[in-house]
Amino acid sequence: MVFTPKVGVYICHCGINIGATVDVPTVTEFASHLPGVTIARDYTYMCSDPGQNLIKKDIAELSLNRVVVASCSPRMHEPTFRATISDAGLNPYCFEMANIREQCSWVHPHGASTTIKAMELVASAVAKANHLQPLQVRQVSVIPAGVVIGGGIAGLQSALDIAEAGFQVTIVERSEILGGHVAMLHRTFPTLELTSALVNELIERVKNHPRINALTKAEVLEVGGYVGNFQVKVMHDNQVLDVPAGAIVVATGFEPFDAHRKPEYGYGVYPQVITTLDFEQFLNQKTEDGSSPRGCSGDPKSIIFIQCVGSRDQSIGNPYCSRICCMVTTKQALLARQRFPTADISVFYMDIRAYGKGFEEFYDQARAEGVLYRRGNPSEILQHGNRVVVRAEDTLLGEQVEIEADLVVLAVGMTPRTDTSVVAGLLKLARGADGFFMEAHPKLRPVETAMAGVFLAGACQGPKDISETISQARAAASAAMIPLMRGQIQVEAATSFVDEELCAGCGQCAQVCAYSALSLHPVRGVMTVNAVLCQGCGACAVTCPSGAINVNHFTFDQFFAQIESLSNGLELFTERSSKNSGSTAMLESEQLFRNESVVPKN
Amino acid sequence: MLKIESRQFIKDHELYACIQCGKCTGGCPMAMKTKLNPRSLIYRIMLSGNGYDIEGREELWDCTTCNTCSSRCPKQVSPMETIIALRGAFVEKGRVHPNVKTALESTFRHGNPLTMPREDRAAWVGDLPVKLMADEVALNHNPDYLYFVGCTPSYDPRIQQVTRSIVNLFQQGGVDFGILGEEESCCGSEIRRLGEQGLFEMMVEEYQEVFKGYNIQKMFTTSPHCYNAFKNDYPKSGMKVQHYTEVLANRLASGDLKLSGNFEKKITYHDPCYLGKHNQVFDEPRAVLQSVPGVTLIEMDRSREKSLCCEGGGGRMWLEGTNPSTRLAQMRVNEALETGAEILATACPFCLLTLDEAVKHLNAQDKIRVMDVAEIAAQAL
Repeated sequence: MVFTPKVGVYICHCGINIGATVDVPTVTEFASHLPGVTIARDYTYMCSDPGQNLIKKDIAELSLNRVVVASCSPRMHEPTFRATISDAGLNPYCFEMANIREQCSWVHPHGASTTIKAMELVASAVAKANHLQPLQVRQVSVIPAGVVIGGGIAGLQSALDIAEAGFQVTIVERSEILGGHVAMLHRTFPTLELTSALVNELIERVKNHPRINALTKAEVLEVGGYVGNFQVKVMHDNQVLDVPAGAIVVATGFEPFDAHRKPEYGYGVYPQVITTLDFEQFLNQKTEDGSSPRGCSGDPKSIIFIQCVGSRDQSIGNPYCSRICCMVTTKQALLARQRFPTADISVFYMDIRAYGKGFEEFYDQARAEGVLYRRGNPSEILQHGNRVVVRAEDTLLGEQVEIEADLVVLAVGMTPRTDTSVVAGLLKLARGADGFFMEAHPKLRPVETAMAGVFLAGACQGPKDISETISQARAAASAAMIPLMRGQIQVEAATSFVDEELCAGCGQCAQVCAYSALSLHPVRGVMTVNAVLCQGCGACAVTCPSGAINVNHFTFDQFFAQIESLSNGLELFTERSSKNSGSTAMLESEQLFRNESVVPKN
Repeated sequence: MLKIESRQFIKDHELYACIQCGKCTGGCPMAMKTKLNPRSLIYRIMLSGNGYDIEGREELWDCTTCNTCSSRCPKQVSPMETIIALRGAFVEKGRVHPNVKTALESTFRHGNPLTMPREDRAAWVGDLPVKLMADEVALNHNPDYLYFVGCTPSYDPRIQQVTRSIVNLFQQGGVDFGILGEEESCCGSEIRRLGEQGLFEMMVEEYQEVFKGYNIQKMFTTSPHCYNAFKNDYPKSGMKVQHYTEVLANRLASGDLKLSGNFEKKITYHDPCYLGKHNQVFDEPRAVLQSVPGVTLIEMDRSREKSLCCEGGGGRMWLEGTNPSTRLAQMRVNEALETGAEILATACPFCLLTLDEAVKHLNAQDKIRVMDVAEIAAQAL
């Protein structure tokens, strides 16, 4: 039985977004005469409930088998309309969109040629719709377990949430201890709580959790598979373990900026110059015995903090702000004030970033306790006997100043770990210009990556403090739990398929596949597609010398129909217009096509 | 009134990038003792609407172009280049110190800012067997290197000693080089830094002809200023430009040059701004010093990137500045004296001359002696 397409075409006004620029009624009239079209309608907002109901009603009453919606970008509403027609009983892949907003009304001025372009886009979509095939949406089952790479607070928190939800979790931590950088700290800001209490609580819960296997001195060697079915190879105790997982959370953390890279500050040369991390570790030692920070003989009488060391600094390739250092210094300045009540404590800064809850008040408290904030980014540190001298311009005074100090604390920033490229390679993770792992979308998808099933948590994605890390860790766990809890995931159907009659098994397609989705069948000697790994990019289809590969929903037949529609559009149009008297806009458009002058109508 | 058109100026020099952090002024050696404040200058230009008046801003001539400001700026603004451009506005109107006027005219006429005759440029050679590029090329032999001597090393009697030391060392080390002799003219470094961009571009054009004519592949210079100009200011040509200490260190390391004599001295090394802060050449001069038997190298606190500018660059050899009473060179000599060194070594003719004069001003001739790295190495030939 020959398939007869019965296409319903729906042109959206999108309020004035399309309607004010494109002559929608004309486009609708035009669409109604296209081959295969049963009905063409227009409406203000197709994506609204009444708009969707129009479609559903027509499917039921007119037995439509294909639907075209001409409106916004498919990235906006393709899922919406696929769900609409699915509800009405049609296969969701029997749907095509024509983008007459982002690709037409939003980028062209009001006028005949804009309307003509919209018509061409619709004609092309209808031509494709005539060739669309229903596609099977497959489900694969998900391994009910997670792997968390990194045992710092981000990793610990993520693991706890996933485990509490009922799933097995393996934490892979490179070092000997859990707790990451936070375990090395003394107190937090702005509450000045002991960090050890926070971290130890997390570590205890992790160690005692029946479903968490926390491996220390362990390393991920290889990650194979795909979302729902990852195979993670881990080296632990000189043994290679195979850990299956449905989802992976990357929580590998950061490294502090190496202050040796700013030689003008003399870190590593002058014992009086230390970093905020060094100072934190000093504060963390037993504090009763009156010990002094290394390099200081006796209590320091003058302490200077220097902000933005290794951050906001294009001269060493770190243009970004490390977010936490303003508050770290404020905290350490307050703690220093408590330890050394009579010392002069100054902070040299460019800006004070006290954006979080309680931060500005914390900054107020520091100044109330006598910490002096001086605006100016110091240029160099010199030696002066057994003290050092900080040379800067106090920009608020407009004068060069030279301040002697017994202790200079450099507020070093956060940088990506040096082994970031290794982890990125294992998981095909993208990195931003700053070197941190890149989230899928900076605003709307902060914990997902471009790899389905791999999520980001904590400082490996960008500088952040403990509260932000915990939030993101819980968000990543929550996102990771979605496939785990569903137990099954849908596999995108617009993937490649191989016509085995035509395939010679030459393997050129596999060479261009960025997702390792093609492999040679050992028995049949033809290429096969792993539909879960395949992202439908089409590189294989283009490469195949025999034309044996097609991409579902983007077949060569469909493309040729679209191309033909676009190149024959003029004929189509003029043929139609000669059959219809009527719309003056159409006549105007026709004139434009024939390069006659268009009389502007008023 | 001498107004510059600020809007375009701000765009050309990307001054909008400045966040006024003050790191430039904080490290500026001239801000220590004059009104020069690079940060404030940029701020005032930003606020000036469309006309910034440089009338009376004599401190613009204090800048030594040491590059401390530009190398440390976290937003990669160059206050130094901004100041050079502002000087250009003065130069265009002819508003320059008579010394500078003389130096510029002399360069134009005689190929050197020292008002010396061109014919005497190679007089320092004396009876040293130094090859002239013109002669060599006529014999169909292209020397490996061009030794670009420079104006001060050619004409100044004190620095001529450095030049002859370099010649002796390099000939012993088997380096095949030739000089341009009277064909050599000023490299233009100070010309550009004084704001005379037009004359500089003319000199660049002339040199490109000369270099092409002799097919120069490699060159080394006496002065870090010439080195920096050919390496960074001239258009890229594929020609390898080095400072003589780089070539010398290389020959010592490979064993082509051996220093067998003894020079039992405590030496401290002053990093010239144009070698160190501009081009990160810190190790080669030290390597040369340390291959001289008997030498003990002591570092001053202000070494490498923190070296204290001698106040000789940026045209300052011709300008006293707005605060001549406190010389940075004297501060530097005092720093050297504090190390207990007998010799203050350097690798730049301008540093040598300014530090030498400072030693005399401080009456410290019996305590410390200023010598070029080449002179020290030549002691052990």
